[in-house]
Amino acid sequence: MTTITKTRSGLRIVPAFFALALGIAVISLTGHVQAAALHDAAHDVRHATGFPCH
Amino acid sequence: MYARYLIAALFAGASTGLIAGILQLLFVQPVLLHAELYESGTLVHFGATAVSAHPELPGFDAMRDLLSVIFTMLTYTGYALILLAAMGIAEDRGARIDGRTGILWGIAGFVAFHLAPGFGLAPEVPGVAAADVTARQIWWFATAATAAAALWLIAFGDNWMAWGGAAILLLAPHIFGAPEPDVFTGPVPTEIGALFAARALGVGLAAWVLLGSFAGYFWQREGAHADGPARS
Repeated sequence: MTTITKTRSGLRIVPAFFALALGIAVISLTGHVQAAALHDAAHDVRHATGFPCH
Repeated sequence: MYARYLIAALFAGASTGLIAGILQLLFVQPVLLHAELYESGTLVHFGATAVSAHPELPGFDAMRDLLSVIFTMLTYTGYALILLAAMGIAEDRGARIDGRTGILWGIAGFVAFHLAPGFGLAPEVPGVAAADVTARQIWWFATAATAAAALWLIAFGDNWMAWGGAAILLLAPHIFGAPEPDVFTGPVPTEIGALFAARALGVGLAAWVLLGSFAGYFWQREGAHADGPARS
C-alpha cells in the first residue's frame, strides 16, 4: 500500500513541475518579453496587470 | 495527469481572463487612456490653463481592446498553470482542492503576484518615470517567487521556524528595495496615477479570486472525470 502511494506521488510531482514551467513561460511571454510586436499587443494588459512595462 | 493540469488551467484561465479582460476595459482602460492624453502631450498638467478632469476619451478600439482581452486570457491561463501546480502538490500532501477552497488559493495568488510586487512597483500608469525595465522585471520575479514561497510556508508550515522563514521571505525584497528611477518625469496628474494603481489592484483581486475558485472547480471536475471509470 505504501509503495503504491509513493509511486503515485512520484508520478504526480513531474506533471506539476511541467505545469509550473509552462505557466512561467506563458507569463514571461505575455507580461515580460520586450519584443516590439508582443509589447505593443500586450501593452494595456501589462499596465493593467501590474507588470513592469517599458 | 498532464491532461488534467492543462485542461483545468485552460478552462479556468480562459474564463477568468475573459471576465478580467472585460473588467479591465470597464474600469482600468478609461484611466489608462486618460493618462495617455498627458503622456502624449495632448493635455498638459499645470499648463497655462486648468485642464478639465473629464476630457473626451478615445472610445472602444476593436483591435486594441480585443488584443487586450486575448492577452488577459493568456496571462491568467499562465497564472492558472502555476496555481494548479501548487494545488496539485498540496492535494497530494492532503489538502482539499475545490471551488470553495480555491478562493483562498486565489487570494494567496493575488498577494504573491499582484500585491507583493505592487508594494514596491505600484501598477504603472503610462508616462511615469521608472527604473530600467530589466532590473524591475528581475525584482518582480524575485518578489513574486519569495512571496509565493512565504505563503506556502505560512499555509503548510507547522512550526515557528517555517513561519519565521516566511516573514523573512516576505520582507526581504522590500527591505532590499525595488529599482527606483533617478528622477521623476511623469507628466500625469497624481490623481490619475493613484486611481490607476487602485483599479489595477482591485481588478487583479477580483480576477484572482475567480481564478482560484475556477481552478479548484475544474481540477476537481477533471479529476472526477479521469478517475470515474476506474472507480466504478
